Amino acid sequence: MELTGAEITIRCLQEEGVEYIFGYPGGAVLFIYDALFNQDKVKHILVRHEQAALHAADGYARSSDQVGVALVTSGPGLTNAVTGIATAYMDSIPIVVISGQVPSYAIGEDAFQEVDSVGITRPCVKHNFLIKDVKDIAPTIKKAFYLAKSGRPGPVLVDIPKDISNQKTEFIYPDSVSIRSYHPVGEGDGVQIARAAQMLLEAKRPMIYSGGGVILSGASAQLIELVRLLGFPCTNTLMGLGAYPATDKQFVGMPGMHGTYEACMAMQHCDVLLAVGARFDDRVIGNVENFAQIPRKIIHIDIDPSSIAKRVKVDVPVVGDLKLVLNQLLSVLRNGKQKPDASDLAAWWKQVNEWRAKGGGLRYNNSSEIIKPQYVIEKLYEVTGGDAFVTSDVGQHQMWAAQYYKFDKPRRWINSGGLGTMGFGLPAAMGVQLINPGAAVACVTGEGSIQMNIQELSTCKQFHLPIKVVSLNNRYLGMVRQWQQFFHGNRYAESYMDALPDFVKLTEAYGHVGMRIDKPSDVEPALREAFARKKDLVFMDFQTDPLENVFPMVPGGKGLSEVMLDPNAPHPQVEDL
Amino acid sequence: MRHIISLLMENEAGALSRVAGLFSARGYNIESLTVAPTEDPTLSRMTIVTSGSDAVIEQINKQLNKLIDVAAVMDLSEGEHLERELMLVKVRSESTTREELKRMTNILHARVIDESESTCTLELTDTCARLDSFLQTIGPDRILETVRTGALGIGRGERILKL
Repeated sequence: MELTGAEITIRCLQEEGVEYIFGYPGGAVLFIYDALFNQDKVKHILVRHEQAALHAADGYARSSDQVGVALVTSGPGLTNAVTGIATAYMDSIPIVVISGQVPSYAIGEDAFQEVDSVGITRPCVKHNFLIKDVKDIAPTIKKAFYLAKSGRPGPVLVDIPKDISNQKTEFIYPDSVSIRSYHPVGEGDGVQIARAAQMLLEAKRPMIYSGGGVILSGASAQLIELVRLLGFPCTNTLMGLGAYPATDKQFVGMPGMHGTYEACMAMQHCDVLLAVGARFDDRVIGNVENFAQIPRKIIHIDIDPSSIAKRVKVDVPVVGDLKLVLNQLLSVLRNGKQKPDASDLAAWWKQVNEWRAKGGGLRYNNSSEIIKPQYVIEKLYEVTGGDAFVTSDVGQHQMWAAQYYKFDKPRRWINSGGLGTMGFGLPAAMGVQLINPGAAVACVTGEGSIQMNIQELSTCKQFHLPIKVVSLNNRYLGMVRQWQQFFHGNRYAESYMDALPDFVKLTEAYGHVGMRIDKPSDVEPALREAFARKKDLVFMDFQTDPLENVFPMVPGGKGLSEVMLDPNAPHPQVEDL
Repeated sequence: MRHIISLLMENEAGALSRVAGLFSARGYNIESLTVAPTEDPTLSRMTIVTSGSDAVIEQINKQLNKLIDVAAVMDLSEGEHLERELMLVKVRSESTTREELKRMTNILHARVIDESESTCTLELTDTCARLDSFLQTIGPDRILETVRTGALGIGRGERILKL
């Protein structure tokens, strides 16, 4: 039987086992929406802005191992989606975006709601396609899913002109897909892995630095086994939090701009650094020249060769899927007789623990008068038993959430690390809640970020998503204000959030429960009450200290060893920082 | 350092802009870029002349390989290879100077492919450097216009770029 292109599109999604798609209708996708209407396998979540459709699909993918799917119309539908596509691209998240396009005969005529979607998204997708023949829809969507989830994952866009979505052809969904110019890697090179193993065993000051790749590859168990087998200290980047349990004694905290003192110092002073699915981001290793001052051997395992030797020189590159490579490395280490030198390792741990003591851990100056944002996250961690899915927006609250919520499992910490997209948290939480029904989902945000996609409270109402919004409201764009305080002479240019809405009333207007919390003593009771309301979305508007800063901090352009500690926090005096 | 990179990619709309976009987005330099279908019409072969530090060239090669449409990449400058570029030059050629011009073109292995009362168009295929020196010999005063294809490259002997 012949089906229309629109029907084929939906059938393809069914074949891929897609349960939810996130989208917004419009002229160019009317046939596709019509096909969606006539079935009930693929459920559509109507967002209130296309950016949110992408972030929701993104949260859906990050908190599971599924591909997220978004459906948007041509022109503004697509351009609104671009921020979400770029967010997913920077963090290597598998998403398939289906966009409508003006009819093929009108392309290039500046038709109503026309934009060069393939051209606009080219630099921020793994790949994209413009459909030119209805027969191409099924094989292209098959390819799109394959490309999105294989190799280094990423978003893939399929642009379908309106007329083609209404043309008919036989529906045949391909069983398999092969692309002659695309061969994702599997296992790593045995010789390189043996070299890596030897280098690790001979290290005197070893350090394991793992990133988001471990989570994407599902290699958390392998990482844990490796760290325990070797007995080395381990750090997870912002994108890698949860891959190694934060409550484990071998975990030294997050490295980088707002990482712990011990993680920064250990990264800087180690003699062998094993990087696993991490890309030596500028926010992680700081200034490259400073990082290179102390010579160290670097072993870099990554699925993407272009991530290796991009910012730092690498001694042993290993290209492969982390899960497979770590299994190979584990088997080499298990089969060998050699063990790391116990006395060298003990001396190194002594040093790392000294840094731990010097840094004083993550500390802040708590108050009984004013709510400290860190205190809210600590209580959130306690109240949820450390087992919630936590999404965040971007800024100070994101860093506090990353520091104070101790993630013990992968895929629990959902944030825009690479692109740093404000407005990510709430729509991402929608996707997280849908694929994890019944789970506690918290969106840690601020009064600045939340207003970038606050309209999604309406989506949450329609689809009964009981997200708990934890807003750290300090009446400032806090991270901007912090930089202005440190580096721009306290000139707070446009970082003050004036004329804020009454968030309680606003939340209630959307049909949810709002709370305003002013006193530190009310923080925990409010969180307990909110999380007890299993069926309700609760928006908690915490009035926090407006001038609190995020520490530790490695100033932009500085090296990791130049990390600054909080001058106000009650940590031990450190003279040689 | 100057590098000449050859690649095979799907002969599809947009493939060229993916390569060009990669260079512009990352601030890499393109000296010349030339592309045409191969004997297999579903594949195009592109030759890119670029320059940069070893680290930049390594990234260029990796980034090109990462493009889904790109099937194979070879940095020809890493081994023995041949380069050729085609150039057409239109020069001022009055009857008084025509004989001298023809003598010169013979010596320099150029071909006359068009003549008018006042002009003469020459065709020359050689390495980029020899084309440059040809233009110097002719002299800028005489040259009306030049058009060059950019370099093409191929490995020597058994050095073959094929799927």
